[in-house]
Amino acid sequence: MSNNLQTFTKGLIKENPILVLLLGCCPTLATTTSAINGMSMGLATTFVLVLSNIFISLLKGFIPDKVRIPCFIVVIASFVTVVQLVMQAYVPDIYETLGLFIPLIVVNCIVLGRAEAFASKNPVWPSLLDGLGMGLGFTLALTLLGCIREFLGSGSIFGLTILPETANILVFILPPGAFICLGFVIAIVNKLKKESH
Amino acid sequence: MAKKPSTLINMLVALLVIAAVSGGVLGLVYGVTKDTIAQVDQKKNEAAIQAVLPLDGEITYKADTIRYTYEGVDMTFPCNLAFDANGNFKGAAVKTSEGGFGGKIEMMVGFLADGTIKGTSVLSHSETPGLGANMTGKFKDQFVDKNPSGFKLIVKKDGGDVDAITAATITSRAFSKAVDKAYQAFMANKAQFMNNAPAKEAAPVMEEAPAEENNETEGGQSNE
Repeated sequence: MSNNLQTFTKGLIKENPILVLLLGCCPTLATTTSAINGMSMGLATTFVLVLSNIFISLLKGFIPDKVRIPCFIVVIASFVTVVQLVMQAYVPDIYETLGLFIPLIVVNCIVLGRAEAFASKNPVWPSLLDGLGMGLGFTLALTLLGCIREFLGSGSIFGLTILPETANILVFILPPGAFICLGFVIAIVNKLKKESH
Repeated sequence: MAKKPSTLINMLVALLVIAAVSGGVLGLVYGVTKDTIAQVDQKKNEAAIQAVLPLDGEITYKADTIRYTYEGVDMTFPCNLAFDANGNFKGAAVKTSEGGFGGKIEMMVGFLADGTIKGTSVLSHSETPGLGANMTGKFKDQFVDKNPSGFKLIVKKDGGDVDAITAATITSRAFSKAVDKAYQAFMANKAQFMNNAPAKEAAPVMEEAPAEENNETEGGQSNE
């Protein structure tokens, strides 16, 4: 059980996909213009990650090695499309804000990365935990980045205005701001990790 | 379970089965969500019309399209015409678009019968967050209750009356141009709309129509 627990928690901090593994940086940089966008993107990805991990783990005996990548991609793409349709129908507001980035979950390397590195070699239950842990770690990092960028760039957090408009540093909601923020956050996380050792 | 060897048959079967099952599941989900998505789109459309053309009283909307040649290019503008209970033409919500900084900006503009802009709404865009995307805020509101006959739909920098968004002149220009397109298309086809009332009350509208073709008379009437 402690092993399972580790499978779950490693994604949160120790092997955080964004801050430590540096996987899936493309949606990270693009969608974290505000805290709510970052969090929605993280949760949508978590959902796909958990489902694809479960199904790939179930199918691992059925899929021959040489065609595993196309099979994984088809499974992942199907779940992403399901998520997209369901969101479009039942939560149109969130769908609107994320728009283009939902279909882009297909090419998020975390999803394929976990399928290849973990789910295709492990039973269903640990695969589910791995997907959940990694997904929540991803969500955590995206929400954190979203908060920082929204605070510095638009003076608000989760849409709640804190600073007056004159204090906004616009560059932080633009693409360069994403790189600068991510760099600093990774540096801080590395420093903290080193100190805790 | 041991891995299946990568023989041709195994690979074919695995790919086929996975693709077929995925296809089936997607078809199913699509079928279930299709109607809801259509409803959501419909509602969004209605909400957009309400937002750009808020009118009092009982209003019937009628979908139509305008054809208009703007700067030498033939264009079609989907629009919704608003008529009151007596079949009088009250205004129209016109869909329009223009290339912005990051892509096409799709908008809806509501005009009163005399051409006064009642409201604008951006339906979709891909402008820069924090810069061009701010057009949905204060910038957009400056168009409300302006009549383009006395309000040049060009940014101030280019000699017009529109206050551009700081550091987003391209977006501001595109926004203004989209409104201008809709305005010109609306004004050029206005006379037709008058006669286009829902069938039952068509007669009185026909009688009044010639008088209403004049801008000023008609502006006065719509304010009654």
